[in-house]
Amino acid sequence: MLKEYQTIREISGPLVLVEEVEGAKYEELVQVQLPSMETRTGRVLEVDHDKALIQLFEGTTGVDIHKSKVRFLGRGIQLGVSPDILGRVFDGLGRPIDDGPEILPDKKLDINGSPINPYARDYPEEFIQTGISAIDGLNTLVRGQKLPIFSASGLPHNRLAAQIARQAKVLGEGEKFAVVFAAMGITFEEANYFVEEFRKTGAIDRAILFLNLASDPALERVATPRMALTAAEYLAFDLEMHVLIILTDMTNYCEALREISAARKEIPGRRGYPGYLYTDLSTIYERAGKIKGKKGSITQIPVLTMPEDDKTHPIPDLTGYITEGQIILSRVLHKKNISPPIDVLPSLSRLKDKGIGVGKTREDHADTFNQLFAAYARGKEAQELAVILGEAALTELDKLYFDFADTFERRYVSQGEYEDRSIEETLDLGWELLKVFPEAELKRIRPEWLEKYLPRFKKDREEEEAA
Amino acid sequence: MMDQGIIVKVSGPLVVADKMKNARMYDVVRVSEQRLVGEIIEIHGDLASIQVYEETGGIGPGEPVYLTGQPLSVELGPGLIESIYDGIQRPLDVIQKKVGDFLLRGVDAPGLSREKKWPFKPLKKPGDKVMSGDIIGEVPETELVMHRIMIPPGVQGEIVSIEEGEFTVEEPVCQVKDAEGNTRDISMMQRWPVRIPRPYVKKLAPLEPLITGQRVVDTFFPVAKGGTACVPGPFGSGKTVIQHQLAKWSDADIIIYVGCGERGNEMTDVLMEFPELLDPRSGKPLMKRTVLIANTSNMPVAAREASVYTGITLGEYFRDMGFKVALMADSTSRWAEAMREISGRLEEMPGEEGYPAYLGTRIAEFYERSGRVICAGSDGREGSLTTIGAVSPPGGDLSDPVVQATLRVVKVFWSLEDKLAYQRHFPAISWLNSYSLYTENLDDYFRNEVHEDFAALRQKAIRLLQQEAELSEIVKLVGIDALSPSDRLILETSRSLREDFLHQNAFHEIDTYCSLEKCYRLLKLILTLHDKSEQLLHEGIPFKEIQAMKVRETIARARYVDEHELDKMDEIHREIEEESQKFIDEGE
Ligand SMILES: Nc1ncnc2c1ncn2[C@@H]1O[C@H](COP(=O)(O)OP(=O)(O)O)[C@@H](O)[C@H]1O
Ligand SMILES: [Mg+2]
Repeated sequence: MLKEYQTIREISGPLVLVEEVEGAKYEELVQVQLPSMETRTGRVLEVDHDKALIQLFEGTTGVDIHKSKVRFLGRGIQLGVSPDILGRVFDGLGRPIDDGPEILPDKKLDINGSPINPYARDYPEEFIQTGISAIDGLNTLVRGQKLPIFSASGLPHNRLAAQIARQAKVLGEGEKFAVVFAAMGITFEEANYFVEEFRKTGAIDRAILFLNLASDPALERVATPRMALTAAEYLAFDLEMHVLIILTDMTNYCEALREISAARKEIPGRRGYPGYLYTDLSTIYERAGKIKGKKGSITQIPVLTMPEDDKTHPIPDLTGYITEGQIILSRVLHKKNISPPIDVLPSLSRLKDKGIGVGKTREDHADTFNQLFAAYARGKEAQELAVILGEAALTELDKLYFDFADTFERRYVSQGEYEDRSIEETLDLGWELLKVFPEAELKRIRPEWLEKYLPRFKKDREEEEAA
Repeated sequence: MMDQGIIVKVSGPLVVADKMKNARMYDVVRVSEQRLVGEIIEIHGDLASIQVYEETGGIGPGEPVYLTGQPLSVELGPGLIESIYDGIQRPLDVIQKKVGDFLLRGVDAPGLSREKKWPFKPLKKPGDKVMSGDIIGEVPETELVMHRIMIPPGVQGEIVSIEEGEFTVEEPVCQVKDAEGNTRDISMMQRWPVRIPRPYVKKLAPLEPLITGQRVVDTFFPVAKGGTACVPGPFGSGKTVIQHQLAKWSDADIIIYVGCGERGNEMTDVLMEFPELLDPRSGKPLMKRTVLIANTSNMPVAAREASVYTGITLGEYFRDMGFKVALMADSTSRWAEAMREISGRLEEMPGEEGYPAYLGTRIAEFYERSGRVICAGSDGREGSLTTIGAVSPPGGDLSDPVVQATLRVVKVFWSLEDKLAYQRHFPAISWLNSYSLYTENLDDYFRNEVHEDFAALRQKAIRLLQQEAELSEIVKLVGIDALSPSDRLILETSRSLREDFLHQNAFHEIDTYCSLEKCYRLLKLILTLHDKSEQLLHEGIPFKEIQAMKVRETIARARYVDEHELDKMDEIHREIEEESQKFIDEGE
């Protein structure tokens, strides 16, 4: 029998202090029974002698000092898993909220997981075709990567995430594939958009959803991504599936963490976020990847909104320090009707270098993307200069770059929400745009590729002009 | 009965235990029946605060804490090279075999294998007098590393016996009798507490460059063997790639790579790549001279704090053998943050940005452990330990306390700029803000070993780039047409310096490494063309025509010339001559 304590001494914000406790453990799962008989879930944040500090996920509303009872469950927070979790919808704490039956778990897993031994990791290098040129061509995603979308309020990050989920495929393979979706503090409408998307494409049967919506208890969000990742690890490493996991919106997660930290009166770090935010986020983001000798993989697409569009805000900043790149959306491009409004210069895929080239995408990929980046960067500079001095002040060459930057945004970056470009199409499009430059400008491309590819596109151009 | 205390408090990685009368600062303890490794970091009466190197979930008051009476130490001996350790020297490969792909708690594995036998060849004989640091024998540890077995610190006397043969690291290979007549067994393994620097005889001024194969580093901002350098920059600016490049191509004998609180896959990358890549000097796999320490961001934060000390102690040990060691720590900011986290839990008075007041001291002490030294021992051999730390300031802001404390002690500053990274100008090392305080000391080396005018070329190149920065400001105000032809030439040459020389693609099979000789020849080409062009301007040739010279394209591709075909560069010099001569001939 678990012992019950009726010794709550303090309640403050989401925290409850219980005294005269015996044998409480750090991180232990706790249940509090309110006078109304309702139960709340919590976890131990600190034990000091016979005092246990508890954080309640669903808040402390209605908890009282005299009648509420506290039980320590002798284990951490767990998620019960079995193959039946596929196709199901859970709340932010892993309780089913669809009309389906109870899950009969094969096993129960601690949601904190354990770090993957770096020695056991397998380096992610299988190209995932998302069908989106700005990603495939320039910020290539590979299987097992964690690649977040840095967005801002009002930008179409959800549509981009859904497009990725819809179109992502590894070429030439029909392997077991699943989507795990974790919503943290997003609106019903946003969550429903994903559900409908998954339904339309039939992905819903291979999906697991964990939903903590804006109207749900805020602190529950601290557990939601860990629930989802635990499910993802089970699918990937027990059931050998390739899992794509979308976590949205990480900003809401961080805010919940800040709330707990503030309630504990911890010394705040930058902008009030706790000093351990980096470590905490890493225990989420690092739960992606591949393991040697195992078939499955976890590819992570976290989504976050940058407060005040500021990339140096601690949430995007610390995320970028952990994830393997970032896809940054830009308000300026969005206003120009470039969709998806991916700002390619500050975007990055750190794993692209080993995921592209012969046998993966195409031999000319690395050289052409270097060239596209360099040309676009120079074009943007020329555009800035033109704003100050007028286009007339540009040299002939700079004018070429100026025009290139525009065409590049309109034709390469921008594409339809349902347009699924093959990698060949994307790479060809790159050449198509680069061919306007004199060869001497294409320094980043090996002469062999210039010889092999350029004439084809130049010829097209001559024909176009003739016609 | 073993000395033990009892847990009274658990808060994250911090555990407080009572009844710890015999506790000593920085001693190792074992926490709970799971025997998690911890270290004592504060003592108040019978209460000891312990930082625990493993996750503390499920631990609570009432559980025992066992004292070991030993400070946190590493094992030193054959078997270090090619290993991958966590922050407290647990071999991750062994642990994987023991418990599988995920790191579980309470798993024990010694730093050095107890079973493996190593062939020991004595270099001393019975009757020889030895002191600590003396090399008594050697073991071929890998194809690249001849491990030298030294008399441990604090031991001296006369060799009574010494044996050739195959031994494990624990078996005695030699006996030494001291002045009092006590004999002591010497094995191939030593232990050393990580927080204490290993002894040496004397520090020397660093006089040789660490040649890294990276043009901007070797020519513009070189680091000396035994020197210190830092690479601060925002995420994505290229800190890790530059650290990897240095670990791959530096002309050091031993590389210690510490992944401190960074990504798991970056360690995997090294693990998969280094055994395949060949050292350009020896032709042997790079892994054969490398030790990895991987305490990634999601691994316990206290072990992250220890990881840099573990790394530098291994570095000192190889330095003591007389090797040239280079240590990379990526990232020292994560180490500082680990310090901050523990300090916060101890409720210490916070300094700037919540970092403990001793942050600056710790950073200084860490870098101070590098240097070029006369090693302990009677033969006066030299060894060096070069330390290169990445720094990851929030938002790339250089006023960050960790950056500032680091800049106060290190002598080389490679300033990474996100603006350059966005343009994919890599390495994104700013040529305007970076510096090396070693250049003067090293210029003799460059003059003697590379070329007489090496330093002069560098100065000229840097000067041109500074002028470019000034001229670009003017262009922004009044447009390029307002510039004189010679100013436009400066812009043209600087562009070539940036794009054809400073830019270096780490992922291009040839460009990834560039010898000093090739650096020199490339620079010489670009600046020769500059001088020629100036002359032509004087001759009245229009700038447009000079700008359109065909040889510019050839120079732009010169960096892809194979190291074995550097003579091709002479042809390019001829091309410059011929093309300029044509102008002059046509003019006449
Ligand atoms: N020398 C280089 N050559 C080519 N690409 C580079 C180079 N340095 C950095 N990069 C690119 O920049 C990305 C980020 O570099 P990285 O070293 O991981 O940044 P940081 O450690 O500062 O976050 C790399 O994934 C790579 O694509
Ligand atoms: Mg890095």
